[in-house]
Amino acid sequence: MAQPDIASTVEDRPDLTIDATHPPRPGRWIGAGLTAFALFWLGWTIAVNPNLHWDVVVDYQFYPVILEGLWVTIQLTVISMVVGVALGITAALMQLSESRVMRFAAAAYLWFFRGTPLLVQLIFWFNIALIFTELSIGVPFGGPKLATWETNAIVTGFVAALLGLSINEGAYMSEIVRAGLQSVDPGQREAAQSLGMSRVQVMRRVVLPQAMRVIIPPTGNQFISMLKTTSLVSVIAGADLLTVTQRLYLENFEVIALLIVASIWYLVMTTLASIGQHFVEKHYGRGYGTSVPLRSRITRNLTIDRRKS
Amino acid sequence: MTSSMVRALGVRKSFGDLEVLRGIDLDVAPGQVVCVVGPSGSGKSTFLRCLNHLETLQAGRIWVDGDLVGYEERNGQLHVLPEKRLRAQRAKIGMVFQRFHLFPHKTALDNVMEGPSAVRGMSGADARELAGDLLDRVGMSDRSHHYPAQLSGGQQQRVAIARALAMSPKVMLFDEPTSALDPELVGEVLGVMKDLAADGMTMVVVTHEMGFAREVGHDFVFMDDGVVVERGTPADVLGAPQHERTAAFLSKVL
Ligand SMILES: Nc1ncnc2c1ncn2[C@@H]1O[C@H](COP(=O)(O)OP(=O)(O)OP(=O)(O)O)[C@@H](O)[C@H]1O
Ligand SMILES: [Mg+2]
Repeated sequence: MAQPDIASTVEDRPDLTIDATHPPRPGRWIGAGLTAFALFWLGWTIAVNPNLHWDVVVDYQFYPVILEGLWVTIQLTVISMVVGVALGITAALMQLSESRVMRFAAAAYLWFFRGTPLLVQLIFWFNIALIFTELSIGVPFGGPKLATWETNAIVTGFVAALLGLSINEGAYMSEIVRAGLQSVDPGQREAAQSLGMSRVQVMRRVVLPQAMRVIIPPTGNQFISMLKTTSLVSVIAGADLLTVTQRLYLENFEVIALLIVASIWYLVMTTLASIGQHFVEKHYGRGYGTSVPLRSRITRNLTIDRRKS
Repeated sequence: MTSSMVRALGVRKSFGDLEVLRGIDLDVAPGQVVCVVGPSGSGKSTFLRCLNHLETLQAGRIWVDGDLVGYEERNGQLHVLPEKRLRAQRAKIGMVFQRFHLFPHKTALDNVMEGPSAVRGMSGADARELAGDLLDRVGMSDRSHHYPAQLSGGQQQRVAIARALAMSPKVMLFDEPTSALDPELVGEVLGVMKDLAADGMTMVVVTHEMGFAREVGHDFVFMDDGVVVERGTPADVLGAPQHERTAAFLSKVL
């Protein structure tokens, strides 16, 4: 098209809307076609495979023993995360403390619990009675004891699982919380101090709410990770979803069907957790105008697992 | 101790080996506006931060409204003030920052309410009424439910002034309150500050706005390299600087 004269009046102008056709992109079409074919084929082989026993899956999806295991997994996840977050905040504040002793203690905690496999820690807690046969309350260094219990009576599989998961989680949360606290502009602290706020008020009213914006997304990922990581406690008879699944298939040999049952429950939990995460992040994003669409949030959380173990 | 609202004597401050303030004196009578001017790095911000004890001094004394800031003297021995009393001192000193430092997770109204409700323990309704009045005073009542990110720089700075005023301070410290603003927004903030001065607020203003200094300032202090080089009325210093460093600096900014 010849370049029209700039000086021409609005009515004179040629139509300048863009409605262009694209050069052919055969690579894209072939790629999409092959992918669609592969997906369809995969789905078809799964659907018609006689070894998959979908009827068994349906029978066991709401089987009481499975639901009990599911409930244990949910309890383990929620309690370990709550304790882990509390430990994480404490350790983060210790890391940022002016006291050298505090910083050292926090560093030692992180070093140990992030430097050894969670699986080892879980087995260790489960066998803690081999080191401490009794637990008591009293004066330390061999002083009088007020009450004493046998360790094995207290540290059951469930308690060992909680100890292992939450103490390990605290070490990871500590880094997340510290990064969040440090992301807040120091000017915010000064502005709050200059109003006459106390240290605690500065932290609670000004720094933490802003740090939350940075803390929440990785914490959500940790939570979703934790839902799956709880399956490790099957090695210490934790009675979680995977443990009960394994017990069942050792009796009836429906290994694959029962693993599918468990996987469906894991997917349901992680998907629900992703949706929850979306709304929590939206709450703490007030005043910033940023938000990740719900759909990509769910798929992202399900596919990316940035964890340890 | 005296009738000064702010008095600083021989204030020294170092960061490591770097001595940033090398014996600063300042005297501000109630209702006076002192403009502090000086090249970048001369220690102006550090000095303001010393005035409300955001920085601890290496030497010197500061009194605000008759109280020794940050310390108390008993039997000739200096003791660090308990946090509670330091907070009470800070509450009497309003501070306005170059980059506003509004709380981004709170609306304009909540920002202004924050001091009265958290520090003065005012009830929600009273704090809201006070905050509304103050936003009105700085011309921001129609934006009270906006978050800082939704406000222009000039509007944010006016909210920040209202936030400081909400503590009913005896003195207001301004650290280059208009330097982060686009030129067309400077006027609205200076306007609010002029009104404050006219209402009799004691103010220490670090600024490069010589027009404001000339019009509103009672005193003009030129700082360089951690010392006060020259002081006098704005008309005198700006009209006929006595010191060569002052003249050189003023010739660049005027
Ligand atoms: N927390 C700190 N740690 C180390 N050095 C600092 C610190 N704060 C300020 N300084 C140094 O002290 C000197 C004075 O800084 P200050 O911010 O008080 O200057 P200023 O006069 O306000 O400058 P400007 O006009 O650029 O704001 C500078 O050399 C600066 O690098
Ligand atoms: Mg400065």
